[in-house]
Amino acid sequence: MKEIYLDNNATTRVDERVFEEMRPYFCELYGNPSSMHFFGGQVQKKVDEARSRVAALLGALPDEIVFTACGTESDNAAIRSALEVFPEKRHIITSRVEHPAVLTQCRNLTKRGYRVTELNVDGNGQLDLKELEAALDDDTVIVSLMYANNETGVIFPIEEAAKMVKAKGALFHTDAVQAVGKIPLNMAESAIDLLSLSGHKLHAPKGVGVLYVRRGTPFRPLLVGGHQERGRRAGTENTASIIAMGKACELAHLHMPEEAGRVREMRDRLERELTALIPNTRINGGGTNRLPNTLSIAMEFVEGEGILLLLSEKGICASSGSACTSGSLEPSHVLRAMGVPFTCAHGSIRFSLSRFTTDAEIDAVIKELPPIISRLRQMSPFGREFLNK
Amino acid sequence: MWDYTDKVKEHFLNPRNVGEITDADAVGEVGSLACGDALKLFIKLDEKKERIVDARFQTFGCGSAIASSSALTEMVKGKTLDEALQISNQEIADFLGGLPEEKMHCSVMGQEALEVAIAKYRGVEAPKHGHDHVETEGEIVCKCFGLTDIFLKKVISSNKLHTAEQVTHFTKAGGACGGCIPKIKELIAEVMGEEKKAAPERPTKLTNLKKMQLIQETLENEIRPQLWADGGDLELIDIDGANVQVAFRKACAGCASSGNTAKFVEQKLREMVSPDITVQEVQG
Ligand code: FES
Repeated sequence: MKEIYLDNNATTRVDERVFEEMRPYFCELYGNPSSMHFFGGQVQKKVDEARSRVAALLGALPDEIVFTACGTESDNAAIRSALEVFPEKRHIITSRVEHPAVLTQCRNLTKRGYRVTELNVDGNGQLDLKELEAALDDDTVIVSLMYANNETGVIFPIEEAAKMVKAKGALFHTDAVQAVGKIPLNMAESAIDLLSLSGHKLHAPKGVGVLYVRRGTPFRPLLVGGHQERGRRAGTENTASIIAMGKACELAHLHMPEEAGRVREMRDRLERELTALIPNTRINGGGTNRLPNTLSIAMEFVEGEGILLLLSEKGICASSGSACTSGSLEPSHVLRAMGVPFTCAHGSIRFSLSRFTTDAEIDAVIKELPPIISRLRQMSPFGREFLNK
Repeated sequence: MWDYTDKVKEHFLNPRNVGEITDADAVGEVGSLACGDALKLFIKLDEKKERIVDARFQTFGCGSAIASSSALTEMVKGKTLDEALQISNQEIADFLGGLPEEKMHCSVMGQEALEVAIAKYRGVEAPKHGHDHVETEGEIVCKCFGLTDIFLKKVISSNKLHTAEQVTHFTKAGGACGGCIPKIKELIAEVMGEEKKAAPERPTKLTNLKKMQLIQETLENEIRPQLWADGGDLELIDIDGANVQVAFRKACAGCASSGNTAKFVEQKLREMVSPDITVQEVQG
């Protein structure tokens, strides 16, 4: 059975070209970039090249790029740094639909006396900037809002938010893990101070991330020790992965317009066909700006895990917005924050596409999913009167 | 992805007895959409109204909810109502070759639906269950899932649960906002206390065999759950007379205070088994 992988917001396949680029840096060019000799020097050059490639994708300067281990580390480092730089300020703003890397951290900080405002989202998963404006005060140290949501793909008006926050004198951080490589960003024209990204969401391997730190932004490192990354992140560089990250960013930069268009067309076709073939569905976040690759579709009266298991029998990998798959018992915090009714939330499935997704794979989902849903609905005690009509 | 047994997968992919029985003798319904799982169970009795000849179900829920429902309908067929009532949620899980602990609440749901169906048929008051989300007997402990203290205590005691986390896996209580977890811990302590009182006095003179059994039971039921709660564990290596050799695992292995832990184990064993016990930590 050939697998059809439509769970790219969870992680992506490493691009062969990326892998080829990193391969020599394990057994041949394994020098430590911090070493003074030529053997380390050649690795250092390659790390610098990677830094420039990441910077080019973000419209940033190379010295604004700090390599980290993952998106979570970048998120943690950004927020922790802000708190250390401005110890007298005690208010943090974020949103209810953030990734746990931000949300859990902020919630933990309340135990240390920080005041945390979690902004609401509307039924489409969209932010209300007026709420942000009202929440900002002189005590606000940092605002952390995601660029695009991992479950629904909803894109927040980050530039407007960043401007508003800067005007109030607070720092602005965005978790752009899902956005980078899928939609264009340009730090040169942005008000964002800090931005997180993660390699494995854009066809680089797992275990490498980046924190963008705007020049002039006061910064305190999370990891201290050696002088790597100009003192902003100690620890020997994960060189092969950093080099891979550079290549992945270069590829994203080169191909984004064409790829995003192609992926969006496939996503839209999937959405159109599924909503036509399966009654009682809704698109989570369908009424606002979304990433081109993400489709979160809610199907009433069925539960996500059953759908995933049956899809998996057909070789199709997707993800569920529901409780049972994750070990937590409630529907995802994102869908709940959006007020998605329980009839739908438990039966929400996320398809996330990538540059490797093909039309034939989309065809297969369109063919396989509708009978799975009707089979599970036949089994379900709910909505039968309604569906049998 | 969950590590489901082949039997769970089989019953999920090819569930037995899906559907309704239009002239059912008994119908039991538990769960709700909000809760994320629900089960409607239909039972048909033979002419003498003695034995169950047919059982069917409708389930909204995850893979193990569907598999548990399927298993339940297979298990009750041919049984009298009283025999069916004896089926425990653990037996449903065993029938399937086991369920991940996080999914045990699915088997609990099956047992509940059965109880409700039979009570209704007999015209007695249906037992109140957590999954019902209606006014229930006792005091609501978990607001998110509407579960009462009486229900929780029953599940704690019949499944010998020791930690709040286990209670969440079996009932969902504590799985959402977590506000009820302190109360759940109190209930566990209460149940443990009641059981201790009810337990027969420890015999004054233990045979070697009895002693070994008692040591094992105490380790399993009293000591290990407490270590699990802190991410640790231990393994019984040997028992030689009154000398018990254990090896620490997980967080306890290499923990600086494993000496204290060994003391705690010794104390507990002295208290529960015999005052002459010594505990020795070994690498094994
Ligand atoms: S009250 Fe029990 S989980 Fe919220």
